[in-house]
Amino acid sequence: MGALVNQLPIGLSIAAVLLLIALGLTFTFGQMGVINMAHGEFIMAGAYTAYLLQGLTSQSFLIALPVAFAVAGLMGLLLEWSLIRRFYGRPLDTLLLTWGVSLVLQQLARDVFGAPNVQVTAPGWLVGGVDLLGVRLPYNRMFIVVLAVVCVVGVWLYLTRLPAGRRMRAVVQDRELAAYSGIATGRVDRFTFLLGSGLAGVAGVALTLVGPVGPGLGTFYIVDAFLVVVAGGLGQLRGAVLAAVALGFLNSYLEFWTDASLAKVLVFVAIIAFLQVRPQGMFVLKGRALV
Amino acid sequence: MRSRTFSRGLLALLLPALLTTACVEEPGGGAGASGDEIKVGILHSLSGTMAISEVTVRDAELLAIEEINAKGGVLGKKVVPVTEDGASDWPTFAEKAQKLISQDKVATVFGGWTSASRKAMLPVFERNKALLWYPVQYEGLESSPYIFYTGATTNQQIVPALDYLAAQGKKKMFLVGSDYVFPRTANKIIKAYAAAKGIEILGEEYTPLGHTEYSTLVNKIADAKPDAVFNTLNGDSNVAFFKQLRGSGITPQTTPVVSVSVAEEEVKGIGPENVAGHLVAWNYYQTTTTPANDAFVKAFKAKYGADKVTSDPMEAGYNAVHLWAAAVAKAGTTEVEAVKKAAGGITIDAPEGTTTIDGDNQHVAKTARIGLVQADGQIKEVWSSPGPIKPDPYLKGYDWAGGLS
Repeated sequence: MGALVNQLPIGLSIAAVLLLIALGLTFTFGQMGVINMAHGEFIMAGAYTAYLLQGLTSQSFLIALPVAFAVAGLMGLLLEWSLIRRFYGRPLDTLLLTWGVSLVLQQLARDVFGAPNVQVTAPGWLVGGVDLLGVRLPYNRMFIVVLAVVCVVGVWLYLTRLPAGRRMRAVVQDRELAAYSGIATGRVDRFTFLLGSGLAGVAGVALTLVGPVGPGLGTFYIVDAFLVVVAGGLGQLRGAVLAAVALGFLNSYLEFWTDASLAKVLVFVAIIAFLQVRPQGMFVLKGRALV
Repeated sequence: MRSRTFSRGLLALLLPALLTTACVEEPGGGAGASGDEIKVGILHSLSGTMAISEVTVRDAELLAIEEINAKGGVLGKKVVPVTEDGASDWPTFAEKAQKLISQDKVATVFGGWTSASRKAMLPVFERNKALLWYPVQYEGLESSPYIFYTGATTNQQIVPALDYLAAQGKKKMFLVGSDYVFPRTANKIIKAYAAAKGIEILGEEYTPLGHTEYSTLVNKIADAKPDAVFNTLNGDSNVAFFKQLRGSGITPQTTPVVSVSVAEEEVKGIGPENVAGHLVAWNYYQTTTTPANDAFVKAFKAKYGADKVTSDPMEAGYNAVHLWAAAVAKAGTTEVEAVKKAAGGITIDAPEGTTTIDGDNQHVAKTARIGLVQADGQIKEVWSSPGPIKPDPYLKGYDWAGGLS
């Protein structure tokens, strides 16, 4: 029974990890229709940023969050500006293109940092946990949950409260009309990519607390990230949140009752079944410009 | 998983482009032992998920070749390595092995890490009557006439580890492993042992290779309260497992984890603070005190950097090259059947101590060692077998293992 209750916070923390890795993708894939296979490598870039900054100051882990946002964001910007913008409207070509970019980035990481995993030491205040009503809550997991909430709220405020966010939504809903209304759609695209990639970098810093930091890091998370975005509905913030929470709890309980391999299969089956009933995901964006 | 197959397919398509950065090609032409050169193949994953481990073994093998050449080579000829990338993809291993044998005409190949890659290469070497030296501990129950196994088989690693745990009074165990041939076979052996010795197995869990979410599994362990956890996870998963185990409050004092695939290199990646106090089972540690090891560690750091560590599979790869060279010197030729015949009984002073090739099953006699991970990332030996253990890949000498092979 205790273990069953324990699975509740575990489900929540899995959901938080899923949300963090998928949040950036809701922008690049969801809003812009770019199947960005290099998203995982932007997560990796964030993790390596934390690795490079550690030891510089006592709070370098917290400093790594905005720096990783900038590093991964600029990488995304560069990718959009140099390659992806020549491929809009050709989703299959962008898939191949970004897949190639992801392989190049992985090899680059291998050449620069070496093939073995590197160590990112968690700050002292994130080591350990607290027992709450017989449930063990590790601090690092709580931190990831809080970070995920902060990111979602930040993104929501940006989209609904700031002019730049409104411009972004306008371009997503009807690109041509937005362009005729005087919105520089190219610039908006670039900024959307910067934001989405930057969020991947933030996720990378957080993931150093619970996972490996190596050249293959991105490949471990990319499939899950796409699952969340597809199940939630393209370009939908609340869809991504809901899908991440649903998948998190589904994962945690299925794995508890069966095992990790079978749970993964069952989650895939559940998603396939769900998409049969609702191919558009949980929420639908009413617009014309989507893929 | 579909995505993985898909990605492999794409990888294969893009491989030629990658190879230019991933792999150093030697100039081709000529036979295995032509003129004043002997060509040997080095076949490890230099890209993909296994690169993390296999690159270090390649480094150790290249070091051994360099040492041999510095002493005048083998049979007066210079040993020239031809490096190929297995790309963590088992069919690629088979294909590259065939290429090394028929195109480069190498005298022998040193390579492989996962059992899946070895099983893919085995028919290639048997068909071509060529020689493979495999440097990693594995699940046993195999003895190909064309493979030399310089890593431990089960009776030199897993069985001594179980003996050690039983002697420590551990009565309840939890098994954790990656979902492929090595952990599943190893756990079959562990369960047979446990049934015979009255040890209770509280749980047996497998996770896919590359799995990173261990909170549920850790919760199951916390709930089962075992005396010890036997860990056969491989690769990056170990990092996630130990980081999340530590967060859950399970300590090595109450529940030590015994790992058979975590060596110095992996400890560095996991972060020593996350794994300190847990146990590992190997045949060699960087701290093993032999004159040969002092020289090995010094030479390795001199060649690759002072921050590098040495580990058991690296040492086994390094030994493989020296054992092959000794066998060739004794045979007087690089011809495969002659080398095989000469190899039985060959002894070298390896970093792990005296190492002898067993002529019957082409494994080597090795000393088993249990180590305790230290806060500085090094591993301290806490127990070792009285001497080198004779390899017994089919566990014929153990009554409880009767039903396994």
